[in-house]
Amino acid sequence: MKERFSWFNLTSITFGFAFLYIPILLLVIYSFNESKLVTVWGGWSTKWYSALLENQALKDAAWVTIRVGILSATIATVLGTLAAITLVRLGRFPGRTLFSGMIFAPLVMPEVITGLSLLLLFVAIGFDRGFWTITLAHITFTMCYAAIVVQARLQDFDRSVEEAAMDLGATPINTFFQVTLPIIAPSVISAWLLSFTLSLDDLVIASFTTGPGATTLPMKIYSQVRLGVTPEINAISTILIGVVTIGVLTAAYFTKRQTERQELERRRAFGATG
Amino acid sequence: MSRSHSPDLGRWYVIAAPYFWLFLFFLVPFFIVFKLSLSDVATSIPPYTPTFSWSTGIGDFLSKLDIENYAFIFSDPLYVNAYLSSLKIATVSTVLTLLVAYPMAYGMARAPKGWQPTLMMLVILPFWTSFLIRIYAWIGILKPEGFLTLFLMKLGLISEPLQIMNTTTAVYIGIVYSYLPFMILPLYASLEKISPTLLEAAEDLGSRPWRAFWQVTFPLSLPGVFAGCLLVFIPAVGEFVIPDLLGGSETLMIGKTLWTEFFNNRDWPLASAVAVILLLVLIVPIVVFQRQQQIEREAGR
Repeated sequence: MKERFSWFNLTSITFGFAFLYIPILLLVIYSFNESKLVTVWGGWSTKWYSALLENQALKDAAWVTIRVGILSATIATVLGTLAAITLVRLGRFPGRTLFSGMIFAPLVMPEVITGLSLLLLFVAIGFDRGFWTITLAHITFTMCYAAIVVQARLQDFDRSVEEAAMDLGATPINTFFQVTLPIIAPSVISAWLLSFTLSLDDLVIASFTTGPGATTLPMKIYSQVRLGVTPEINAISTILIGVVTIGVLTAAYFTKRQTERQELERRRAFGATG
Repeated sequence: MSRSHSPDLGRWYVIAAPYFWLFLFFLVPFFIVFKLSLSDVATSIPPYTPTFSWSTGIGDFLSKLDIENYAFIFSDPLYVNAYLSSLKIATVSTVLTLLVAYPMAYGMARAPKGWQPTLMMLVILPFWTSFLIRIYAWIGILKPEGFLTLFLMKLGLISEPLQIMNTTTAVYIGIVYSYLPFMILPLYASLEKISPTLLEAAEDLGSRPWRAFWQVTFPLSLPGVFAGCLLVFIPAVGEFVIPDLLGGSETLMIGKTLWTEFFNNRDWPLASAVAVILLLVLIVPIVVFQRQQQIEREAGR
């Protein structure tokens, strides 16, 4: 195989990435626009960022969003990891088909249906709507993504190390925490980050399940976007894009380093025996 | 022997938590939606009737349920059209997404090996960025005095502002843009697995590159095409944010209808009936998707 780009491949990749990134770049650049008119350039300025700091309602919404995100991502990752173990490791059990259906269906389920159905559940059991109902709803839909991420890692997992630990007398729980978990840790961290990001982004499900006093950032942005494009929204969007980009790149860096280290250790181990 | 007994019990502890959670928060709510779709709207809290109470008994409760909402949906062309137009918009956008994604995924799969992780990262990154923000970015581009009009006017290609915003075209662009990573990833995964020796063999046997593509590469990439199309089509049918922000009042989509019934008209029973029918429309593709994931997982072991 030729180790360089052919002109066709290079063109399609270039156009594809231009399509993916130009809208985001324009948004970021124009958040530093001096002019109030969003599409007319009036020179560089950071005034829209200072304006954000004054906006108490926006800061409150950001705080609600972060709390919902951290709490729901953490619980979703625990439940998702358990679900991944169930899918990959535990073989057949009664209700397995239903279980895997409930893991995969939420990935493609239209958000309006998930949102409406969860809201009606909360109303039916008389749960006060607000912070906690958004959190419960976010746990439910993000745990499925978390399960898929961890499951992918568990599938190509070398089980002989676990068997070795068990043979040496470790209990299943000890084996999990001392052998399995450290090895799948990068995927668990990715699962947490993905859950957190999905929770941070969600507008539809949060709008259905929220109650008085709990407005999330996407809900706040949505209500302003409906009124038109403003530099403030560009600024808050840029901050969100920045946070997510840094998070994803950091996670990718650590995953890469961990894989390289494991590869190195494996080679060393083989070198020692051979 | 306790040793052989305890892992089995531990097994159930592992299964129970996620199982119970999904049962309570994913499956049970569907039955509640179904029940509510048979109820009537009321000016009370909660805004529907009947509500179940032990004092009047279950018989009385059941007798008050009816299929009025469904009859209403099927008699009003607004709803039927919204379903049909959602299916049409989702189908067209899925095909468009495939057309944009395929050359990209192909280029990525044939790129130098050292480049591939970086390219993958670049595809995934926008997916992690807020959906709402990415749609918002397109408003600035597509509106009549937006970047696209300014750019094309500067090139002298148009003299009048473009009227794309608040049309179905804007919705297509929005869906293709937002769901592109969902299409590229499965396509790339299946294209990357195809051994280049197969194509070399086809060429050695005298096949032209274009024919080799249609007879070797494309058929082998079909699982990816299939998975990608389902990942785009199913959520696109019930999409709300894109038609609401880019489609304006001209675009009729069922996700938007459901939202309006629920939030603006506060007709929860009718919104539930709309959701039940939407789910019935999507149940076949969802089951196909789930089966396919299961097969892939079994094969991946």
